[in-house]
Amino acid sequence: MVETGFTVYLLAGAGVFIIGFHALLAQAHLLRRIMALNVMGSGVFMVFIALSARTAGEAPDPVPHAMVLTGIVVSVCATGLALALADRLQSVTGATELEGGPAPGPNAGSGGEESHP
Amino acid sequence: MAVLVLGPLGGAAGAFAFPKGGRRLAGVAAVTAVLALLVLAREVVTNGVQLHRVGGWSAPLGIDLRGDGLAVLMLAITALIAGAVTLYAPPYFLPQAGAESRDRERWFWPLFLFLWSALNALFLSRDIFNLYVTLELLGFAAVTLVALAGKREALTATMRYLLVSLPASLFYLMGVALVYGQCATVDLSLLAAKAERGPVLWVALALMTGGLVAKAALFPLHFWLPPAHASAPAPVSALLSALVVKGPYYILLRLWFEAFPALMTPAVAQGLGALGAVAIVWGSIHALMQARLKLLVAYSTVAQLGYLFLLFPLAAVREGGWLAWNGGLLFLAAHACAKTALFLTAGNILQAAGHDRIKGLDGMTQVLPVSAFAFGLAGLSLAGLPPSSGFAGKWLLLSASLAQGQWWWAAVILGGSLLAAAYVMRVLSHAFTQVALATKPRPLPAVQEWTALVLAALAVGLGLAAQGPLALLRLGAPVVLGGAGP
Repeated sequence: MVETGFTVYLLAGAGVFIIGFHALLAQAHLLRRIMALNVMGSGVFMVFIALSARTAGEAPDPVPHAMVLTGIVVSVCATGLALALADRLQSVTGATELEGGPAPGPNAGSGGEESHP
Repeated sequence: MAVLVLGPLGGAAGAFAFPKGGRRLAGVAAVTAVLALLVLAREVVTNGVQLHRVGGWSAPLGIDLRGDGLAVLMLAITALIAGAVTLYAPPYFLPQAGAESRDRERWFWPLFLFLWSALNALFLSRDIFNLYVTLELLGFAAVTLVALAGKREALTATMRYLLVSLPASLFYLMGVALVYGQCATVDLSLLAAKAERGPVLWVALALMTGGLVAKAALFPLHFWLPPAHASAPAPVSALLSALVVKGPYYILLRLWFEAFPALMTPAVAQGLGALGAVAIVWGSIHALMQARLKLLVAYSTVAQLGYLFLLFPLAAVREGGWLAWNGGLLFLAAHACAKTALFLTAGNILQAAGHDRIKGLDGMTQVLPVSAFAFGLAGLSLAGLPPSSGFAGKWLLLSASLAQGQWWWAAVILGGSLLAAAYVMRVLSHAFTQVALATKPRPLPAVQEWTALVLAALAVGLGLAAQGPLALLRLGAPVVLGGAGP
């Protein structure tokens, strides 16, 4: 906790995370929500990178770097999955947003996976 | 130990590359995983906690896998449920022969094996970052499996699930970053020695717990679960309800009881317990109100998960804490067996009758006697009637709460049992009504009915034979638990 640069970077990371989370809740369009998730992820990665510089003057700690690399791989996969799903959802329902609020009523979200004639 | 992860993973890769051999590969992978588990269990029982250093690198640099009593118990539950699904799924996907069903089965096997591998890796992991990676792998497999149903509702439910699961993981990861920043390690055992109460760790734990609670579908973050679990194909619903939500719960246990017992204040314990209590009441009442069987079973999962969180206030107290720890984990095993049986039965009814409206279940015992019996037995365990394992688990939790004078949890446990009995009876009263059947329902392969029955019988029988598995829990148990000594 020695340098101001470190603190600024850390707080900026937290800020980016919060902005991303806000966008995730506030936006309706699926593409925007997926982008919001990526912004959140970048915030986490900024915090990790800031932490690796925590030891001022010495060589940076490589462990958070390795974690960020792993995190980026996971986040690319997540984005790919989310985009594929959004694409399928649009081709089946034509919608680019989830209908209704996050909490469906007791009888909504019907249960049958298949209905035989 | 590595075979437990690599076996299903290899099977998944094989099933992905050679879709025609999916079933056979799944069989081979299942046998491999079960054998590896038996070897590990034997090692743990005879020689105590087992440690495996992946690639020969030790903890701060490499990745440690550790098999202790709790891990072996979770692995065994996983093997049991996944094994049952391996038997159940082939005939389940057959009746709707046609391009669509074949396509579904093609993707089912790799994803299912991938899920199994991720679960095994999660239960063996020893550091909180590795737990993050396995948690994400688990989430990806689970989300994609829900999407298999392919229908409009299923896709919407999948998207909602994904949009909860991903930010929840990021919250957890942010917590991991802060913990590393504070303690300079992510190893569970090393953290216990370094953790001290302070603002950074409080924030970190709040973030991690928040993310995990959302993934474990604890009230009030349960809203994504019923549509996702109810709209997936039956074997998938069973995996999700019995195993997937237990993954993040397991991490919560490891975090609060092993890595950060120093931060476990009464307020935290009571808070988690209170959310659990609300989940029990809320989930049960919603289960009572459902018109469709699969949604009823899904809301019952929300309620039953609440019981698991009662473990926090009860096990955090030294006196009687060990009882509650045993009770909670026995209840977890009971719920896994019973819920799998219920979802498989619901799948049978859906295939035989073509619908799962509870009002239309009259005469089910005439058509599917084995499935109806399985439903009854599993319901017995859910409602916590003796001698089922659901009863034994609740009894241990009850004893702990009374020994500690925390009578309010006892009231919740008993009230929840009554509500569970009510929603189970609601289904059974229809099922046992004798009617003249107008249409002849389609016959089902025996395997589909009997796997459900065997699991339901296990859910009951485990109550009589709980001593063995519970003795296992002592090996490498968290030191904070009173009475955990040898």
